[in-house]
Amino acid sequence: MKPAPFIRHVPKTLDEALKILAQVAPEDGRVLAGGQSLVPIMAFRLAKPAHLVDINEVENLDKIGNDGKILRIGARVRHGAFHTSVVDNPLGALLTFVARHIAHYPIRMRGTFCGSLAHADPASEWCLTAATLDATMVAKSTRGERAIKAVDYFEGIMSTALAEDELLAEVHLPLLAAEAKFGFNEFSRRAGDFAMSASLVTYTIKNGKIAGAHVGVGGAEPSPRRIAEAEAALNGQAPGDEAFRAAAEAAASVIEPLEDHQTTGEYRRDLVRAVVRRALENSQQ
Amino acid sequence: MTDKTNITLTINGHDHAIAVEPRRTLVDAIREDCGQTGTHIGCEHGICGACTVIVDGEPVRSCLMFAVQAAHKQIRTVEGLASGDTLHPMQQAFMDHHGLQCGFCTPGFLMLAVGVLERNPDISDDDLLDVLSSNLCRCTGYQGIIKAVRAAAIEMRK
Ligand SMILES: Cc1cc2nc3c(=O)[nH]c(=O)nc-3n(C[C@H](O)[C@H](O)[C@H](O)COP(=O)(O)OP(=O)(O)OC[C@H]3O[C@@H](n4cnc5c(N)ncnc54)[C@H](O)[C@@H]3O)c2cc1C
Ligand code: FES
Ligand code: FES
Repeated sequence: MKPAPFIRHVPKTLDEALKILAQVAPEDGRVLAGGQSLVPIMAFRLAKPAHLVDINEVENLDKIGNDGKILRIGARVRHGAFHTSVVDNPLGALLTFVARHIAHYPIRMRGTFCGSLAHADPASEWCLTAATLDATMVAKSTRGERAIKAVDYFEGIMSTALAEDELLAEVHLPLLAAEAKFGFNEFSRRAGDFAMSASLVTYTIKNGKIAGAHVGVGGAEPSPRRIAEAEAALNGQAPGDEAFRAAAEAAASVIEPLEDHQTTGEYRRDLVRAVVRRALENSQQ
Repeated sequence: MTDKTNITLTINGHDHAIAVEPRRTLVDAIREDCGQTGTHIGCEHGICGACTVIVDGEPVRSCLMFAVQAAHKQIRTVEGLASGDTLHPMQQAFMDHHGLQCGFCTPGFLMLAVGVLERNPDISDDDLLDVLSSNLCRCTGYQGIIKAVRAAAIEMRK
């Protein structure tokens, strides 16, 4: 189908974008970033925004910054920017590995990192990444700027702490330790589909034992999150099958799985057990 | 109703001055307003890839872009691949390796494969397979398409 009529605004600066957004947000005005989620929803007429604030011509939004501690990802950094490593740190390799699982190549040429976080699909790989790595979301509006931690940001299926008039201007990801290990795995029925469950893990090894484990699960609950019980099952243990299976079991037993007409909760729980174990196994390669 | 905007779409090096509503998708503008019907429309929501065109060197879904967003950009469609009577190596390979049957998906696959290989000529066979999973074909079973693109990749590297 064809999208319903709307008025398009094309700001050139961030200030201008925030002003327009403040004006049109109460009349169902929205940001248009890569359009790779919004335009399909408009084509189905599930969304009929009256105004779109197109941020594709706003200067300086496509920047990736790095101060040695934090990677800063601007509002128009597209998925494809991560096809090669953006930073000389294990985080760069992690983002490249994860990016390949998002949709398909042509969609990755347009879709943006911040757009994924604003859209907040439960199965979004970037949302899982932000939750697992304790990202900070920087929201800007004419009212000012605020930093939102990942644990406070995700509020359920396609729902976040962003207010209508706020633009997600940047996402901050902490760099990993130089010797950090990471692993990722997801299950979907066809290449490029949204995952039915996904897991991202990071940790370091101290004296032969796992330390500082982060275990994230996405696609299984309304929002992605770190699973403390799985992390506790890893920390202090030698990396290997026994610890990995214990962590996978811990994750599977605590999640409250989404159900839909194709997938029962128990099936999703089984998938969580599998993706967490596989992500941990990948981390050793 | 929203007003129409005057824009110029540059398709395969030719300028098309058109007036479109902001909601007009790029693929509709290419076909309906510019008369370039080589690009096909399938699902209209990003799933099938039939509408793939190259915009400023990047293969994209033209059903998920608005025409107004492509003003002043270089758009390439299937009509621009051949030079005169000589097919592009990708088109020739699709013929030689049975990369098409009904041909509905073909313009999208051609622009996808050409777009990716121009950006990344040394792409590995595995990555190429992943790229080709972007688009749907209901006829060929994909094996002919994969063979054709691999053969064309070798030709294009020469
Ligand atoms: C066939 C297909 C398969 C896909 N598969 C996957 C997949 O496997 N995994 C995955 O994660 N995604 C997938 N996607 C979605 C894709 O990753 C989108 O790019 C992403 O979800 C949204 O980013 P965008 O830049 O395209 O945002 P848009 O579509 O432009 O916007 C999405 C929403 O976020 C809002 N928004 C966007 N940017 C901002 C901002 N900076 N501040 C405030 N609000 C903002 C918009 O107003 C809108 O409501 C798929 C899409 C398609 C078409
Ligand atoms: S018509 Fe654009 S992807 Fe199907
Ligand atoms: S050749 Fe018929 S859809 Fe691909």
